Amino acid sequence: MANETIDPKSSEIAAVKARLIELLPGVSLEWSEFRDQTRVVCPAAELAKCLTAFKEVGFDQLTDLTAVDLLEYGNVNDRFEVVYCLLNVDSGLRLIAKIHLNEPDLTIPSATSVWFGADWLEREVYDMYGIVFAGHPNFKRLLLPDEFQSFPLRKDYPVKGRGERHNFPVITRAES
Amino acid sequence: MIVAGRVVMKMLPVLQRIWLQMPEPKWCISMGACACTGGVFDTYAVVQGVDRFMPVDVYVPGCPPRPEQLIRSIIDLQEKIQSGGTINAREFKLRVLPEGPSRFDEDELVRIRERNGFKLDDQKYNPVH
Repeated sequence: MANETIDPKSSEIAAVKARLIELLPGVSLEWSEFRDQTRVVCPAAELAKCLTAFKEVGFDQLTDLTAVDLLEYGNVNDRFEVVYCLLNVDSGLRLIAKIHLNEPDLTIPSATSVWFGADWLEREVYDMYGIVFAGHPNFKRLLLPDEFQSFPLRKDYPVKGRGERHNFPVITRAES
Repeated sequence: MIVAGRVVMKMLPVLQRIWLQMPEPKWCISMGACACTGGVFDTYAVVQGVDRFMPVDVYVPGCPPRPEQLIRSIIDLQEKIQSGGTINAREFKLRVLPEGPSRFDEDELVRIRERNGFKLDDQKYNPVH
């Protein structure tokens, strides 16, 4: 039973890979698979083309957009990894697209022109990791106050904060 | 005013403004572990106890507090008012000092200093976490 459900998916994935090779000539994508998850790593310079190609191949829903900070991970070359979780609504095929970023230039093109749902997802990634998305319609912090200076989900930011949560005036009973 | 639940740092100025807008006489009950001390949420965004920034009269422990505890807190507040209350609110004018925990605890000071580049020689604990 398990073999029957895996086989049509793998042929669909092979079809997707072939189509992407047609749509993206000269772009080197690294594919990997683990159990039923297919992943592709895109080069940072070709991200806009890759995303439109993914949408054209049939992945019309951006399920999630997050980032990973690999600072304490071990032997990796790049610090940040932005992960796009894509879904083909009609066939149920899922794809994880990743892109690696490094410290000085953390700007990548926004995915809002391809999928509308990337709007708040990108604002949250900026809020927590500091990755700037160029071309976003309303680019500001989503959850934290606008004047917050740090990016909390990076690995070098402590869980308890650096005093921002207690940086408020004290009201005593006599003056209120 | 009953402050029920955790207070995020974005919400604290709003809470302070509401307290200042309340007419006299007013008292504050801090309900639940999160409002009293931050509870389990010892993170960068949750204020560790609303009494750091606002005058609190009665604390209600619990996560969540039982209904009987909250009712008891109101009765305690009534007893407090009856035993020490005055007609022209003199007992409020006497509370000049802030009544919560000290402004900077050592934990946070270590992290603030570490951010500014000053590291202590002997680290008793890892300030990142």
